[in-house]
Amino acid sequence: MVPLNYYLVLSAMLFAIGTAGVFVRRNLITILLSIEIMLNAVNLTFVAFGRALGSADGQIIVFFVMTVAAAEAAVGLAIVIGLFRHRESLNPDSWTALKW
Amino acid sequence: MLLAIPLLPLLGFLINASFGRRIGKAAAGAVACGAMLASFAIAVASVVRLASLEPDSRAIVSRAFTWISSGDFTADFTLRLDPLAAVMILVVTGIGTLIHVYSTAYMHEETAPEYARYFSYLNLFAAFMLLLVLGSNFLVMFVGWEGVGLCSYLLIGFWFEKRSASDAGKKAFIVNRIGDFGFVLGVLLAFVRFGTIDFQQIARAAAPMSPEAGFGTISIITLLLFVGATGKSAQIPLYVWLPDAMEGPTPVSALIHAATMVTAGVYMIGRNAVLFAHAPATLTVVAVIGTATALMAGTIALVQNDIKRVLAYSTVSQLGYMFLAMGVGAYAAGIFHLFTHAFFKALLFLGSGALIHALGGEQDLRRMGGLKRDLPITYWTFLIGSIAIAGVPGFAGFFSKDEILFRTFASGHAALWTVGLLTALLTAIYMFRIVFLAFFGERPPEPVAPAHPEEEEPAAKGGHATGPTHLTHPTHLHDAPPAMALALIVLAIGSVLAGYASLGGRFERFLEPSFAPERVEEVADRGLELTLTAVSIAAALGGIAIAAYFFLKNRRAADRMAERFAGVRRLLQNKYYVDEIYDGAIVQPIRIVSENALWKAIDVRVIDGAVNGVGEAVTGASDILRRLQTGSVRAYAASLFLGVVLILGYYLWP
Repeated sequence: MVPLNYYLVLSAMLFAIGTAGVFVRRNLITILLSIEIMLNAVNLTFVAFGRALGSADGQIIVFFVMTVAAAEAAVGLAIVIGLFRHRESLNPDSWTALKW
Repeated sequence: MLLAIPLLPLLGFLINASFGRRIGKAAAGAVACGAMLASFAIAVASVVRLASLEPDSRAIVSRAFTWISSGDFTADFTLRLDPLAAVMILVVTGIGTLIHVYSTAYMHEETAPEYARYFSYLNLFAAFMLLLVLGSNFLVMFVGWEGVGLCSYLLIGFWFEKRSASDAGKKAFIVNRIGDFGFVLGVLLAFVRFGTIDFQQIARAAAPMSPEAGFGTISIITLLLFVGATGKSAQIPLYVWLPDAMEGPTPVSALIHAATMVTAGVYMIGRNAVLFAHAPATLTVVAVIGTATALMAGTIALVQNDIKRVLAYSTVSQLGYMFLAMGVGAYAAGIFHLFTHAFFKALLFLGSGALIHALGGEQDLRRMGGLKRDLPITYWTFLIGSIAIAGVPGFAGFFSKDEILFRTFASGHAALWTVGLLTALLTAIYMFRIVFLAFFGERPPEPVAPAHPEEEEPAAKGGHATGPTHLTHPTHLHDAPPAMALALIVLAIGSVLAGYASLGGRFERFLEPSFAPERVEEVADRGLELTLTAVSIAAALGGIAIAAYFFLKNRRAADRMAERFAGVRRLLQNKYYVDEIYDGAIVQPIRIVSENALWKAIDVRVIDGAVNGVGEAVTGASDILRRLQTGSVRAYAASLFLGVVLILGYYLWP
């Protein structure tokens, strides 16, 4: 059997990649995709712990996360389309009007 | 029954204050006089009932409700009529009624709203004064005490458009407040010491104690109470407001600043006679202050030219006599002088009011003269009042003043007696100076006064503005109208007869229960009494003779004297510069400290600085912190991430 640590390291790497994507990329759609990667990194951790502890809880939570992620993707993409119509750009730095 | 005595004038006040301007002058005057007359009737009925009781249980108590009840402390709203209060309510309601009647004529030139305002204040004053004398504990008395002070302020400043009048009102109020501060402290200390503020209970608690040898708690209590008395009754050092109080309408001077309110301090000492008797140190202070005030005010009165100011200083001087009596333990004599003084001083003030009225607002003695012919009623009544106050035998002032001087001598205060006698001489001189200057000789032709502008007191000039129509100088003099004449004549009769109340010690025996258990020792030495009486009579007649010589026979001699002693004259004319000294020693330092330290340093720098500083600090900090809000979602996400990392790092770090 593959030890738990392998899963956790893989999950951490995926999460780091996702986080880096959120901060580094200048495209809203890419950022959304990066967030999906982070969510899936978390999902992997849940499943790994569920398996290691012999419990179904982790898998159940993962179903919830996937559902929320689907909804989030739908809403997020809709917002991105709205924003694009507004300013013909997908760069998040185009929208900084809400400040002092 | 007892409650109705102060309530009726209060009702009159409410009616006149609410509807006075609409019901017209005649009705407003009638309401005010009616309320006082009804109150007087009830007062007489109550006193008759009181007199029919056994001498040992002579008191009518009427408890309205429990006012304050807190822990051990209870204060009932209780009125108590005992012989001392009986004398006072008769004076307040009786003379008060006469002065109300007099005022209906004196104030007839005012407009209807002003007229109603005047009478509402006058009625309110009477209500508070009656509350003061009937209250059975310090708290009820204090309500009246403050109330009369308020009415005094309102009435002194009645013609408030005139700057000097409103200033005088404020001065009276503030000086009284200083005294009241001492009074309140005295009451609080009395409560701490005796656990009650009821006069009877305090007297019962104090009676078994032996008089304090040194300077103990009771001495401090009584001394603080006396500070209150000096404010209300215009004694050194707080007498300065009374002469200025003459800015008010003359009937007000008669009622408040001669007959009733200013005697409240004397009454208060009489009310707490037992307590004061246990503090010989305080009694000495009271006697010395009273005597000093009597002499000082008497000398000032000699040279003043404003007729009302002479009378005001005369009042201060006579109040000094009353305090002298209180100080030597002759409580009955002091209250008796209060009683007779109320008659003749009210008479003198009302007489001077009639003069001023007839002369169209003129108050300067130098511009009067020869009025005997034109104003016979005023002349004769004023003369009776002057004779009474001077102490000529057969008139009221003789009995009371002689009694005080005799008691002073009998109690071994020969020095105080000498000063008292000298003051009696001065009294006769300054009173007959008025009589001779105003009623005899010739009236000087029109304007003479501006020759001595520096001697002119500010108030004397202000006297012209006593009423809108007072300004014109009438060519035809008219004597007192019927309402004024009635008051003058009744008071003149009182000024003659009031003294006989004391014949055979009746007055003293009547008052005795109020001062119990202090027994007034019977003085047996008739020879001494007669000798002293003869000396007093000599002083009174001598004073009149001196006044007659200087102001009737040989006025040039008076002028020569004035030139000879120009320094003394200036000192007296400027009232020993007491107002200036107070101004320099107290008023200006307070003003300077208030302005430069309290206002410009503490208020502006510290308090405003703190308030504004807080605001500025928040603004400054916000100016920096608002840069954090960039509007960029990625920046927020970065800070969120950084925060999570830091928190996790903090907790997970091994």
